[in-house]
Amino acid sequence: MIEFTLEGVRENTIMTATTAPTTAIRPFRPEFSDEELAELRRRISTTRFPEKEPVDDNSQGVPLAASQALARYWADEYDFGRLEERLRAVPHFMTEIDGLDIHFIHVRSPHDDALPLVITHGWPGSIVEMLDVVDPLTNPTAHGGRAEDAFHVVIPSMPGYGFSAKPSETGWDVPRIARAWAELMNRLGYSRYVAQGGDWGALITEVLGAQAPDGLAAIHTNMAGALPPEISKALATNVLGAGDPAPTDLSDDERRVYDRLNFFYTKGVGYALEMGNRPQTLLGLADSPVALAAWMIDHDAWSLEDIRQAFVEKHPVGNLNRDEVLDNVTLYWLTNTGVSSARLYWENKLGFFDFKGVKVPTAVSVFPNEIYPARREWAEQAFPNLMYFHQVGEGNHFAAWQEPGIYTNELRAAFKSVRTS
Amino acid sequence: MSTITQSAVDIRPFHIDVSDAALENLRQRISATQWPENETVADQSQGVPLAAMQNLASYWASEYDWRNVESRLNALPQFMTEIDGLDIHFIHVRSRHEDALPLVINHGWPGSIIEQLKIIDRLVDPTEYGASASDAFHVVVPSMPGYGFSGKPTSTGWGPERMGRAWAELMKRLGYSRYVAQGGDWGAFVVDWMGVQALEGLAGIHTNMPGVVPADIDKASLAGEPLPDGLSADEQRAYAQLIRTYGQVEYAKMMAARPQTLYGIADSPVGLAAWLLDHNDAKGQPAGAVAAALDRSASDTDELTRDDILDNITLYWLTNTGVSASRLYWEYHGGFFNVKGVSVPVAITVFPDEQYQAPRSWAERAYPHLIYFNEVDKGGHFAAWEQPQLFSEELRAAFKTLR
Repeated sequence: MIEFTLEGVRENTIMTATTAPTTAIRPFRPEFSDEELAELRRRISTTRFPEKEPVDDNSQGVPLAASQALARYWADEYDFGRLEERLRAVPHFMTEIDGLDIHFIHVRSPHDDALPLVITHGWPGSIVEMLDVVDPLTNPTAHGGRAEDAFHVVIPSMPGYGFSAKPSETGWDVPRIARAWAELMNRLGYSRYVAQGGDWGALITEVLGAQAPDGLAAIHTNMAGALPPEISKALATNVLGAGDPAPTDLSDDERRVYDRLNFFYTKGVGYALEMGNRPQTLLGLADSPVALAAWMIDHDAWSLEDIRQAFVEKHPVGNLNRDEVLDNVTLYWLTNTGVSSARLYWENKLGFFDFKGVKVPTAVSVFPNEIYPARREWAEQAFPNLMYFHQVGEGNHFAAWQEPGIYTNELRAAFKSVRTS
Repeated sequence: MSTITQSAVDIRPFHIDVSDAALENLRQRISATQWPENETVADQSQGVPLAAMQNLASYWASEYDWRNVESRLNALPQFMTEIDGLDIHFIHVRSRHEDALPLVINHGWPGSIIEQLKIIDRLVDPTEYGASASDAFHVVVPSMPGYGFSGKPTSTGWGPERMGRAWAELMKRLGYSRYVAQGGDWGAFVVDWMGVQALEGLAGIHTNMPGVVPADIDKASLAGEPLPDGLSADEQRAYAQLIRTYGQVEYAKMMAARPQTLYGIADSPVGLAAWLLDHNDAKGQPAGAVAAALDRSASDTDELTRDDILDNITLYWLTNTGVSASRLYWEYHGGFFNVKGVSVPVAITVFPDEQYQAPRSWAERAYPHLIYFNEVDKGGHFAAWEQPQLFSEELRAAFKTLR
């Protein structure tokens, strides 16, 4: 008889306080056991790989050489203690919101009048994406900024991600997460705050901006939902390659954006479609560390190439180096959240890049290697109260993670007018 | 002719011999599976349910015996021959009736030659199954490139058109100057493309997943547009079935775009199993017949059983062909159910639980030389596997006029 162990609640890491009221905020300490780290390493070392792809580029997915280089570094050189150490450098908390335990990092700035800021990560990201911006944002004078640039920073883990609990029923979609963040900021005593995000974090931040709860002063997005409806429709109906052609009235610049998105929709978005429809079928993400890693680094063509370079040519682009990438994958593995994180796609009913009906003042930073670079004219339509729009020089989809310096400067500049108003 | 060329067309006997170590490693991996939590729904709408997978894995690791199907396969004459630079594995069973009609049967994804195991004897030896000697076929069942024991392509280009040409070469090499071809799923694409190319010796094809959808309807259904005007009742039903099907092919979209990223189907047995189980038919996703088989330990009527399902999955595992099989989706750019332009005689059987039921009106337009069209009352996407008796009867009837 074979016994199967279910990876359930991580009792060793969650400090339960059964007598506390449900709005209590409990300290939380990330902790990984030697046994689970050894098991992870064992699994990486015994990976069974498929044969090499029959192409010389990334066009069939994560190349065998890249996944093997990743597995080799992960098993042989990666410091399995570093994730816990990095995480413990910041204060973590847990609080129950809307029936679910929500994990978050909360760092108050030494400058008391700092602007409270909630930052939301995306998929395949986590709080690891934001670890290197916490200090520059909270303690700007130590990082080339001024005291009046300071933020109090709150970085929650989305439901089903990282140390937050995994929903056991349906309904944790983007609007519900946004409402939970408003409650979180309220519970932390922030009566006036701003919000920021990319990827799912952008959707959550923008939907929060549409909900416009009391206290939300403004938002910043680095993946703006600013795709005009007629373009969005043409792209969405072309997923199987049979939709209408691009709208004919596009300018050359707009056409370039359209072509880039069309490539993503027809050649790159397969993982999102599968997660959107069959997340539970992706058992390989729970059972195989290399499968999880490959699935996660194949987010989009631009970031995959950056990460491939980091592992194969040992030439990271920006801060997105091997250790950063593996810290994030290791967190997913140790929390067994490959499938639970995928469910957010199943829950979602919103167009990734569609207008979300944002009402509050909005700031947009456009990183050049994002899935699509939002155009200012489009952003002006999407965000009636557009207070800041800036195209930066470097960076891909993982803006905060890859270019923490640029990202920090953007947030300082973007929210400047909110502080003085 | 040089000796090198001579040896390349050699047909070598082939025998399956899986090591005990490979089977033990598989059992270890299944037993050590790290599972995710339960899905957040009470049905199959998020994918293959956890409980079903855990039940299957428990049986797979502790009770299932690969050696049974290995013996059944090895009881059949199997061969290997190099075609177009690649080793092609195939089963070849000649009928004792010398004037039998040569037939090449092409499996699909997530299938293999195991789909055909229950029909071979029925086709080769019809008098044992209530049919007459004049119904006999000489049966050839190749494994597609990248599937089963065939070689895995190391360069691009092995789509259905090229496979069709390889099968024509195979039949020629076996000495069959006039033959017919049959297929469902990818096998249907391959036989359609054989028919488009009107390959030498190809007398006709039978398909159980025909490509008959008119161009304008095909485009509208792929784009998810509302029901077009002017369709008959059968056509409206087919349109609704196409729309439903295109909402259940995300796995295909993923494999078509990023097959190499699917490391989980090479490294995790349960990852592979769930991926292979999650193909839809009209009854659901996973297919109704497959879902039912997971609870069936035996069948007097040759319906699908749990062992059948695991035979197929285990073959994929042991040959490590999860990813190589997926590449066929990447290679293909020819459309799913659209009209391909077949010129040879075509026979069609419409099974009720197939992804869509091809209307006769469309079939007559799609295949100018339609020699047979029949709607049967049971069976689905894996027709030969699910309903071997009915399927065999269909092939006998379908090809009668081509003998």
